[in-house]
Amino acid sequence: MKLKIDRSAESHSREARRPSRLRIGMAAACLGAFIFCGCRLDMHIQPKYLPYEPTSFFADGRSERPPVPGTVARGQLRLDELFYTGRENGVLVDKFPFPITRADLERGRERYNVYCTPCHDYTGSGQGMIVRRGFPQPPSYHIQRLRDEPAGHFFEVMTDGFGAMYSYAARVEPADRWRIAAYIRVLQLSHNARISDVPESERSQLSQSSGNQNSAQSTGQAQ
Amino acid sequence: MGQIFHRSTNMVSRISIYGAVLIIAALAYALYAIAMSPWYTNVGVKLQQPVPFSHRHHAGELGIDCRYCHTSVENSSFAGVPPTQTCMTCHSQIWTNSSMLEPVRASYRNDTSLEWQRVNALPDFVYFDHSIHIAKGVGCTTCHGQIAEMPLTQRAGTLYMSWCLDCHRQPEKNLRPKAEVFDPFYQPPSRLHAVTVDGMEFTDQLTMGRYLRKEYKVASLQYCSTCHR
Repeated sequence: MKLKIDRSAESHSREARRPSRLRIGMAAACLGAFIFCGCRLDMHIQPKYLPYEPTSFFADGRSERPPVPGTVARGQLRLDELFYTGRENGVLVDKFPFPITRADLERGRERYNVYCTPCHDYTGSGQGMIVRRGFPQPPSYHIQRLRDEPAGHFFEVMTDGFGAMYSYAARVEPADRWRIAAYIRVLQLSHNARISDVPESERSQLSQSSGNQNSAQSTGQAQ
Repeated sequence: MGQIFHRSTNMVSRISIYGAVLIIAALAYALYAIAMSPWYTNVGVKLQQPVPFSHRHHAGELGIDCRYCHTSVENSSFAGVPPTQTCMTCHSQIWTNSSMLEPVRASYRNDTSLEWQRVNALPDFVYFDHSIHIAKGVGCTTCHGQIAEMPLTQRAGTLYMSWCLDCHRQPEKNLRPKAEVFDPFYQPPSRLHAVTVDGMEFTDQLTMGRYLRKEYKVASLQYCSTCHR
């Protein structure tokens, strides 16, 4: 009995305080709603397409669109026949569309080591790692037929593919394809040079430089 | 009215008052542990991919250069996921009967995209550019981890802002010679293993890093707008 009375007395005093409690409760609810409203990912996931982002807008799901057939982007009209096809008047030619400097050869070697060595290997004999794993072996660059081919031939093979070899046009820019072609000439020369090709003043360095070449090659292989 | 709480609860209240500090510290640690856990950062988590592509096999065992597939890494913000044509360059001839590779062949046949799950993704408000890092001597494995030892690709860094800033504040801790940027087996210099740059032998990362920083003109960019633009 006593307990009941106590309770009612307490509830009475509570009633007097009720409005302030309600206010606190409402404030808390507002704050909570406010905080959770802040939990949005608008900035994390912005309404824009980053590379490779899928889309539901196009049927194939790609946000990257191929150019409409027949369109040519400004500056991409390929008028320079030699530079883009390795041909002049439709005939493969044995020359380069720009003068090849040492820097071009270095760049050619770098690109060759990245894109060609898996099959053609570092010396161009066609014993690359992928060939050792079962890919049909390409001919060595050091056979007479390929020594006689014009530079444009190598450019064309890289551009369009040849036999089992796919096109590398999407992976290697035209200028770099020419530099690789120039480096293939370097490889060919390295296997088919006579002492008379070396200027007499340089011959004394031959033993020295061959030592350097070996070490360069072995680090190349290690990579 | 009887006692609601037993006398022994006095001790509990005392402990909880003095333990408040400990409890807050434990909560903070728990939050930190969650934020650093693979569950939250995805570090070391292998995602379900359409084809179980192995970097260990391709980059490690076969020694294919990173750029063979990630062709745009040197001159673009993104490294580039290879088109199916790149896969088929070799797989039109080898492993042609493998059922594992059927999604690749189907993609090539039907001109549909292989839907790879992104392993490393930054929020859209972060601008990141691969090419400048490559050009300044930051190696692939510095951020992507021992990729040549990953049978399935996984995230190696938290990609937190603090993770970026660790290096941006002290680039010399991670720089390597430009010639070694794409070497997945590169080892930083140590007393047992010297790294040669421009004819100089270095046996200490910080010494070499400071030299390279000067040589490559590496700035320690910490402006907000460097990444948030």
